[in-house]
Amino acid sequence: MSDETQEIIGDYKYGFHDPENSTIRFDKGLSEQVVRDISELKNEPQWMTDIRVKAYRHFVERVMPEWGNCSLLNMIDFENVTYFLRSSNKTEKSWDDVPDDIKNTFNRLGIPEAEQKWLGGVTAQYESEAVYHSIREDLEEQGVIFLDMDTGLKQYPEIVKKYFGTVIPHSDNKFSALNTAVWSGGSFLYIPKGVHVEMPVQAYFRINAKNMGQFERTLIIADEGSSVHYVEGCTAPSYSTDSLHSAVVELIAMDGAKIRYSTVQNWSSNVYNLVTKRAVAHRNATVEWVDGNIGSKLTMKYPSVLLKGEGAHAEVISVAYAGKGQHQDTGAKVHHLASNTTSNILSKSISKDGGRSSYRGLLQVSPKSIGCRSKVVCDALILDEDSRSDTYPTMEIGNSTSDLEHEASVSKVSSDQLFYLMSRGFSEEEAMGLIVNGFFEPFTRELPMEYAVELNKLLELEMEGSIG
Amino acid sequence: MRIVADEILRVENLHVSVEGTPIIKGLSLTIHRGEIHAIMGRNGAGKSTLANVVMGHPAYEITSGNIFFKGEPLEDLEVFQRARAGMFLSFQYPAAIPGVQVGTFLKKSVASVRDDPPKGRAFRKELTAAMEKLSMDKSFLSRYVNDGFSGGEKKRLEILQMLLLQPHLALLDETDSGLDIDALRIVAQGINEVAADSACLIITHYQRLLDLVKPHYVHAMIDGTIVRTGGPELALELEDRGYDWLEVTA
Repeated sequence: MSDETQEIIGDYKYGFHDPENSTIRFDKGLSEQVVRDISELKNEPQWMTDIRVKAYRHFVERVMPEWGNCSLLNMIDFENVTYFLRSSNKTEKSWDDVPDDIKNTFNRLGIPEAEQKWLGGVTAQYESEAVYHSIREDLEEQGVIFLDMDTGLKQYPEIVKKYFGTVIPHSDNKFSALNTAVWSGGSFLYIPKGVHVEMPVQAYFRINAKNMGQFERTLIIADEGSSVHYVEGCTAPSYSTDSLHSAVVELIAMDGAKIRYSTVQNWSSNVYNLVTKRAVAHRNATVEWVDGNIGSKLTMKYPSVLLKGEGAHAEVISVAYAGKGQHQDTGAKVHHLASNTTSNILSKSISKDGGRSSYRGLLQVSPKSIGCRSKVVCDALILDEDSRSDTYPTMEIGNSTSDLEHEASVSKVSSDQLFYLMSRGFSEEEAMGLIVNGFFEPFTRELPMEYAVELNKLLELEMEGSIG
Repeated sequence: MRIVADEILRVENLHVSVEGTPIIKGLSLTIHRGEIHAIMGRNGAGKSTLANVVMGHPAYEITSGNIFFKGEPLEDLEVFQRARAGMFLSFQYPAAIPGVQVGTFLKKSVASVRDDPPKGRAFRKELTAAMEKLSMDKSFLSRYVNDGFSGGEKKRLEILQMLLLQPHLALLDETDSGLDIDALRIVAQGINEVAADSACLIITHYQRLLDLVKPHYVHAMIDGTIVRTGGPELALELEDRGYDWLEVTA
């Protein structure tokens, strides 16, 4: 076994943490003053402060969701969360200028290397704010705007004001209210008309401090006929106390535009990952969510697409891996709000060592949307008796002109498969790893190669040392 | 006990049960390197059980008797260790592994089984040569292992694996079933190539494979035991007369 493999074998590869060297750290707990202080510290325009305060008030009044994993949700102690932590005084454009301790973290995660090899742009967020940011010159010359959200608000206040909160209003749910109140960091990406961004752009989110709350806010606008692939990765150290990650991601695909948004969430198993992701697709636009959930304690996330323009298309491919002590409550929502819109949803989950995965989906066709087509496929693989998988699909179909398919399956690894693979020289763990990787393959093949390799390695390691 | 040079497999008075039901009832068999043995018998005689139990299938319980591979008892070896030691089973019904590409699977399998596995270009070269021998198109490599394969495609993939894994003992469980005559000829070539330097046990119902892969010994199996052993002429006789005449004399 290589040293590298040995190092990874612990429960969680990214569980290391570096010393916390914050320049500004707010006291734990949330109040209207904290919200105003964040806004003031960032020198925001008054309208943004007002949105934050309004959202905060809604958050206070809004009750916790009464679905999903209520017992885990109710264990969140909002007073024991740090809502803002600045680790570096500015966002650097060169890795050389990023403070050493933070740079070390991203080096260990392989980010600068990935940037050189295959990315069109990178944002690296550490705690509350971006510490590094870059975009390839050729993209900048074509008018592509790729900034961290704070800088985006400073440099393009009109665009942000026009679109911020239009896809996901603060009042959408308790956690979108919380995010709108205390948001910090995230990405702001604008692709001009007709521009095709060939290389993916990536944002990397890292929580390092204990009891940290990370509330990034991402807004992506693909103008008419443009296309982009945005990739998001997340990790955090393994602390014994919980952290909270509650992001809001809004995508707007104008007529004929295409946005693909890929995520591999690999939070450590003490992170609450409560994220609202929604897209609007206008006429003939395509939005694709490629969403992988491997880590976290509890994830509740249902990437959504509002198909608003005729001929728009939504694609949601998601996988969830629920190991020991984990609950992945994930799924997809598609609203067919215009005629001749189409959608495909493929959801795959694996439960192991007492983990629980739930698929929660909504498919809605409005009465006036004629000739819509949708296919939903949910496959669950359960690896042992202690683990659990549930499916909660909802369909609201407003007319009879639509063509809808729903397939669901729950399976176990068969002894025939194990015997076959073992007879070809694979140990039981290796055989399980192969079967699991194969099960996720329809997802993995959609990822950039580097991510796919990483994900496969990760899953193989999850299979090790746990079979009696 | 003296171990004869190049003895590969020795089965001694083997008794095997599945879920409490005896299937193999006192079977003995020894195969040396370079020998091809064929076992023939009706459905339910215990032929496939023998192949599976030698490979170490966990559902089969050895109630008495022993199996030796190159003189060493097999009982403590797990299935994958048997494979790594040089044992190979060509399955009657190979399992599908959806999402796992044939190319990746072969590469990983060869890497775990062979002592000095070929890497990179050397592996690809060997793979291409083996596939050409079996008239397999390159597109096989990007398909998922046995997923949606026809019966004939599955059998070819089994033989391809055998060529690449270079086993010392090849157990072929009804490899001829589901093959048309051209495919049978191709598969037989593959078996002959491996059999020249290893021990080979062919389980079959039919003479037609044995026309192409000449066995040194043919065993007739009835109700969990070998009732008669002979040369190639026994296979012809079984094809001609069936098994009833043996039952009377057994």
